[in-house]
Amino acid sequence: MKIPYYPGCTLNTVAKHFDASARDAAVSMGFEMEELAQWNCCGATFPLTPDNLIGLTAPAKVLSNARKAGDTLTTLCSVCYNVLKRTNKVMKDSKEKRAVVNGFIEEEYDGSLNIIHYLEVLRDRVGFVKVKEAVKRPLKGVKAGCYYGCMLLRPFEDIGIDNAERPTVFEDLLRALGAEVVDFPNKIECCGAHLAMNNEDVVVRLSGNVMTSAVGMGAELIVTSCPLCQYNLEKSQPKVSERTAGYAGVPIAYFTQILGLALGQPVEGLGFEKNATDIMPLLQKKGIV
Amino acid sequence: MKMKLSNEDISSVRVRQIERISGEDVRKCYQCGNCSGGCPVSFEMEIPPSQVVRFLQLGRVDEVMAANSMWVCVGCLQCYSRCPKGVSVAAMLEALRQTVLRKGEDFEKIKDLPYPFLKKAPQQALVCGFRKFVS
Repeated sequence: MKIPYYPGCTLNTVAKHFDASARDAAVSMGFEMEELAQWNCCGATFPLTPDNLIGLTAPAKVLSNARKAGDTLTTLCSVCYNVLKRTNKVMKDSKEKRAVVNGFIEEEYDGSLNIIHYLEVLRDRVGFVKVKEAVKRPLKGVKAGCYYGCMLLRPFEDIGIDNAERPTVFEDLLRALGAEVVDFPNKIECCGAHLAMNNEDVVVRLSGNVMTSAVGMGAELIVTSCPLCQYNLEKSQPKVSERTAGYAGVPIAYFTQILGLALGQPVEGLGFEKNATDIMPLLQKKGIV
Repeated sequence: MKMKLSNEDISSVRVRQIERISGEDVRKCYQCGNCSGGCPVSFEMEIPPSQVVRFLQLGRVDEVMAANSMWVCVGCLQCYSRCPKGVSVAAMLEALRQTVLRKGEDFEKIKDLPYPFLKKAPQQALVCGFRKFVS
């Protein structure tokens, strides 16, 4: 099974290990992520004002190119997923906006693509039962906190991957991999997002709330699905450790790295060394490596 | 805070402009405060989300424009997600930002951003930040 795949800018540069580990895990699970022959940036934010059609042109161009490769498109980055899925809905539902955007990008795209996240491929096409059967290195005894962030879940009526307040898709995957899942209150809260540009204090506070609430509930590992969440948590970690009594940091990794680890892929090929936090002491302590 | 309200302000063209750009009706909000309770950054806002809507309902656009709220909103949509009336304060705050950016006024100067940040930050942070803060 080949699935057309849109990596997006960040997975092509600073989050290459997110991309590579996902592609390798896909091969282990019996499908292939086929990168689109031509793609551009999705715009990294869905315009919240409905009159801002120029913001839809970049993602619409991606969708139009993807439609030529098939009827499905998968992504990994939560933001790309959010922007592409919401733009697709506009292109499908609004005749007027579709005409304006298509006129601008000189395409005839009708919103007929099915945008699915990699997690949905695993859940709905492969099935977590099969994922569980493919596990060669169970993450036994690892207490993992699944951090969803915002863009993977909201707004529910446009995204709909899971319940927007109490999602479980991430936890179900981690359980299939043999990990012990830890629920924590801030798993659907914002990491600070683009305020990384000009308001570090807010980012440290928000990312700190995510990490300390997870660790407070017993998490030994935080799993993410968004390069910006990953960056904000990693970057805030030293300051949060400094400011929070009794908090000594927690390893943070992309879910695809953890997936590859459980599927028995060579540890050195998972890109853990590119994460700012070191996961190896935890894996050694649990006897996984 | 004491303020004088007028029918002129309440039905002012500036409020209608925010409604037109955001696609929201400010009068739909009945001030339950769920948005301010759920907003992850309301602690940093000079006027929290529910009060931004209240000011707009009362036609007090100047107060809202002078506050930092629109530049602090991260667009996480928790306000919209939890609003019993389906109001998106995030869209109103984006509309407020847009009224500034569409005049060509930048909130952030790209040339002033620190080089280490530009080098190490994920592209999505840069692209998203530029779209929120730069005209």
